[in-house]
Amino acid sequence: MYQLSIPSSTRYLEKVRRFVETHTVEAGFSLESVEQFKVAVDEACTNVIKHAYSGDETRVLDISVILEGNQCTIRIRDDGYSFKPSEYAEPNIFELAKKRHAGGFGVHIMRRLMDRVEYDYDDGINEVRLIKFLDKKSAQNGA
Amino acid sequence: MSNFSVGFRSNTAIEVLDLNGELDAHTASELEAAIQKCKNEATYRIVVNGANLQYISSAGLGVFMAYIEELRAKGGDIKIAALQPKVYNVFDLLGFPMLFDIVDTEAEAIAKFNHT
Repeated sequence: MYQLSIPSSTRYLEKVRRFVETHTVEAGFSLESVEQFKVAVDEACTNVIKHAYSGDETRVLDISVILEGNQCTIRIRDDGYSFKPSEYAEPNIFELAKKRHAGGFGVHIMRRLMDRVEYDYDDGINEVRLIKFLDKKSAQNGA
Repeated sequence: MSNFSVGFRSNTAIEVLDLNGELDAHTASELEAAIQKCKNEATYRIVVNGANLQYISSAGLGVFMAYIEELRAKGGDIKIAALQPKVYNVFDLLGFPMLFDIVDTEAEAIAKFNHT
């Protein structure tokens, strides 16, 4: 398991992407899968920074890359306001453009890019797990 | 220090924005400022050249989304050109090719303006 903690600021997103890239390349994922992990983790962290912590830079996000067999899980933990997946509506880009609205696609992107997205809340800690499986194609094209 | 920058190139009534680096929730405000600058100068026809754009997240896509209707209402548009495949894939995930003209080359994007 590899771990990174960052202050709750978008200025650290690039660092998070480099961290995710290093360890998913090492794990043997294809370059396409590595890009997908980077975008999904970026979206998850951006949501925590903007919504769970509402821009409070004194708060901290913990990011872990966990490799088990052919499964890679990237876990993001925070102790801010909880996201309720059941309250999330899929975005309609035409409607959003009409409203000149600039956000709301992060969760959709995470779900599209990952094999599985799981949420948990326990004792004040929110956890999102972004999961992808290493398949034979990824292993052949990887690193 | 930011890992994103926007270059400006005026081409008659069209502004070409060259995006360089990584566009995320931290750097999206720079793209927003660039589009605002075009608006303030009453240039509503914008071509975004993404040849050197290495990365985009939904925060970057959101900027295009926030301005497209307003620019079109003023007779302009944002046409997007020369995206790298890994960046195009993110645009495609949200169905952006249905909402925006996304073409292979800057010349094609400019030609599309000249034909409208």
